[in-house]
Amino acid sequence: MKIEFNFAFLDENTKRMIRRGLLKAVAIPGYQVPFGSREMPLPYGWGTGGIQVTASVIGRDDCLKVIDQGADDTTNAVNIRSFFQKVTGVATTTSTARASLIQTRHRIPETPLRPGQIMVFQVPEPEPLRTLEASEQETRTLHAYQDYGLMHVKLYEDIARHGHIATSYDYPVMVNGRYLASPSPIPKFDNPKLHHSPALLLFGAGREKRLHAIPPWTRVESLAFDDHPFEVQGWEAPCSLCGSRDSYLDEIVTDNAGSRLYVCSDTDYCTSRREEA
Amino acid sequence: MRSDTILEVRQLSHLYANGQGCRQIDLDLYPGEVLCLVGESGSGKSTLLDTLAGRRVPQSGSLRFRDRQGTFHDLIHGDTATRRQLARREWGHVFQNPRDGLRMNVSAGANISERLMALGQRHYGHLRAQARDWLERVEIDPARLDDLPASFSGGMQQRLQIARNLVTAPSLVFMDEPTGGLDVSVQARFLDLVRRLVHEHGLAILMVTHDLGVARLLAHRTVVMQHGRIVESGLTDQILDDPQHAYTQLLVSSIVQA
Amino acid sequence: MYVAVKGGETAIGHAAQLLAHARRGDTALAELECRQLAGQLRHAVHRVMQEGSLFDETLAALALKQAAGDVVEAVFLLRAFRTTLPRLGSTRPIDTAAMRVRRRVSGTFKDIPGGQVLGPTADYTQRLLDPQLLQCGAAHSELPQADPLPNPLPSVLDTLGAEGLIEAELPPPGDPAPSDLTTQPLMFPADRPTRLQNLARGDEGFLLGLAYSTQRGYAENHPFAGEIRMGELELFLEVPELGFAVSLGEMTVTECQMINQFAGSASEPPQFTRGYGLAVGEAERKTMAMALVDRALRAQELGERITAPAQQAEFVLYHTDNVEASGFVQHLKLPHYVDFQAELSLLRTLRQEHETRQGDPA
Repeated sequence: MKIEFNFAFLDENTKRMIRRGLLKAVAIPGYQVPFGSREMPLPYGWGTGGIQVTASVIGRDDCLKVIDQGADDTTNAVNIRSFFQKVTGVATTTSTARASLIQTRHRIPETPLRPGQIMVFQVPEPEPLRTLEASEQETRTLHAYQDYGLMHVKLYEDIARHGHIATSYDYPVMVNGRYLASPSPIPKFDNPKLHHSPALLLFGAGREKRLHAIPPWTRVESLAFDDHPFEVQGWEAPCSLCGSRDSYLDEIVTDNAGSRLYVCSDTDYCTSRREEA
Repeated sequence: MRSDTILEVRQLSHLYANGQGCRQIDLDLYPGEVLCLVGESGSGKSTLLDTLAGRRVPQSGSLRFRDRQGTFHDLIHGDTATRRQLARREWGHVFQNPRDGLRMNVSAGANISERLMALGQRHYGHLRAQARDWLERVEIDPARLDDLPASFSGGMQQRLQIARNLVTAPSLVFMDEPTGGLDVSVQARFLDLVRRLVHEHGLAILMVTHDLGVARLLAHRTVVMQHGRIVESGLTDQILDDPQHAYTQLLVSSIVQA
Repeated sequence: MYVAVKGGETAIGHAAQLLAHARRGDTALAELECRQLAGQLRHAVHRVMQEGSLFDETLAALALKQAAGDVVEAVFLLRAFRTTLPRLGSTRPIDTAAMRVRRRVSGTFKDIPGGQVLGPTADYTQRLLDPQLLQCGAAHSELPQADPLPNPLPSVLDTLGAEGLIEAELPPPGDPAPSDLTTQPLMFPADRPTRLQNLARGDEGFLLGLAYSTQRGYAENHPFAGEIRMGELELFLEVPELGFAVSLGEMTVTECQMINQFAGSASEPPQFTRGYGLAVGEAERKTMAMALVDRALRAQELGERITAPAQQAEFVLYHTDNVEASGFVQHLKLPHYVDFQAELSLLRTLRQEHETRQGDPA
């Protein structure tokens, strides 16, 4: 018995179905489009939504980059990249600039994206209101009537309790002034990169069976109060490897005494800065 | 329809499979008046309130609301988006059980601010100032601003519901047995507060109660319901002192004895 | 100087090698054959087919072997393979009255037309470990002979139906084609065909727990096992080019029909209500649990108060799927250090401010 797979694993009809969903998502920025998510050979919660989106838009001329936590060499990124090498044979790269298609989990690269690029986000929970309202019927109604007071209740309560909005990742955004959306669990540090992005941003949630999109140059606002504006994380020290002061840093524990150092989470960015230096 | 009618109800029916509910209701409500719906349980008064408040869809009849700009809205055939807008801005709803009307897991301040935020207010400091002001108006210590409603007494929770609703200055408030869970002395204080707020804000209130004593203290007009129909309506004093319908006479005599 | 961690690719390769070794185990022992699994561990193979939504004993046995006996992992393997299969068409609906019955029992009537047929059940065995099975080649008992059952064998519930004592089982107005949960997303409110599809491929353990909860007071079901039957059914595919239906072969199916109490309302006379369970293969525990949960999920339709988890459609249907659940629970072991870093830095800020407020800079 020999098992053969179609280009990019999914059959052409399924890819068409997903592309139709993506077109709708692009036409209604931030709106969650239900789609007939398929069962993939990687587990739910490990990027099946992103993988299906990538599989349905990838072509033979594409150059694919896959990152997890900003790095190309994390195990899950390696696994997803090798899946696409196996089922498509397309070129892969670790360079943000060279990639035409980037699948990511939890980060947006530091190197600015350019027009024509597509960024695919893996989304565990597409519904920003879910932790506040468990019922899907109810949250769909709230979106339909743009009834978003609940989200601000959460932010208000954060400030009342902690003095700050206590959401540090998966920070909710208002897309094109209409739909409240989840940017996927990227740190809020990356939220400003969503606003007026030159690249097409596609979001796939496989387990929850939803797609959403932020088309190029779309207005994306991170929720805030007038007197508690949106702020991103910052670090006192630069990256220990490349010296960058404007990238997102990972904290590394280097010995049992608890010594720490900080390095870029975007490994491609860090490496190319060191090569240039 | 009088030009100042705020809510106009004509031949409205909502019946359940078992035949209970409310049928062929005609009713008008005017600004600044308190109207009590009385009757025993199963008389259809709560179903009527829920239907008027848009929480149940009537099978027949008409229902119109006039907003503060004087525009009439058809609440049955009009679009849902408008109705939800009205519910957020122009109406309030005070429930018998504060758990149904409050968010118990967020602070009193967040409870009061929610409607303001839904209407687009985005200044945390201003929101808090308004919430604090409303706590004072409903006689809750403003120092309790960041406390959870679960730590409040029953009477305070009902007053917090009032504050949460009135913060957007609605013109019509629905109340479903708001004093039901309160003991007598707390009830009296609550009713005093409602009376004062009606006077200060020109509110119209539609209140369901099984307690004729509450109607006597608060209501300008009273409507008596039995088996889903209105059997008698008029000025409260008239209804209670000189009931015409046999069922009303029975109701009134039962509280006189009690 | 610190050097960034590399080597994900090598580590993954090594893990795969270790997995293959662990799967094969002691090479002094014979390797398992898939046909042995299908032939002698039929319950495990059937469960993989049910929850994997693919009726193929060889592939299910292969999945089970590849997963080293991990049923949920085997279901996952089968589902992922299923995605790549083209859909040729849909078979005609099956009629369980036409089943070649191997087992049929009713808890509601002492005797029924055709009789109670125990079939290959462990129900009335004493659960004592059998040391004879430690050795292979134990003596084989004779296959008992029995008279063939009448065919078709109508459902026991039909006798109640004839008296009008149980609700009629009617398709919804217009008899619309049911949605297909394997190609369309689950949406709410979900109709009964959709709910039953979801339960049929749902995790047996989850359904069992939910069903049990309805018996212990979390929902009011009052069930009786009206009839449970298991046996083989022939499947037919309508081929438009040929103009007639072609037999595709036989499939083992288990069906459970529960009879439940219902007080009736002003508009409807008191009558029994139904809960339904059906799954491929031998699946008695699964279909009984499914029938209880199906009945609980009908609460809204029957005007009952919704108070228990088993009655809440979103709660139940969103959490039945063990491939989804297993993936999402286990995704927590993936690296989350970017988000964790974000939380860490927030927490440090909050702590600093707290300490400043307390006037106690520790």
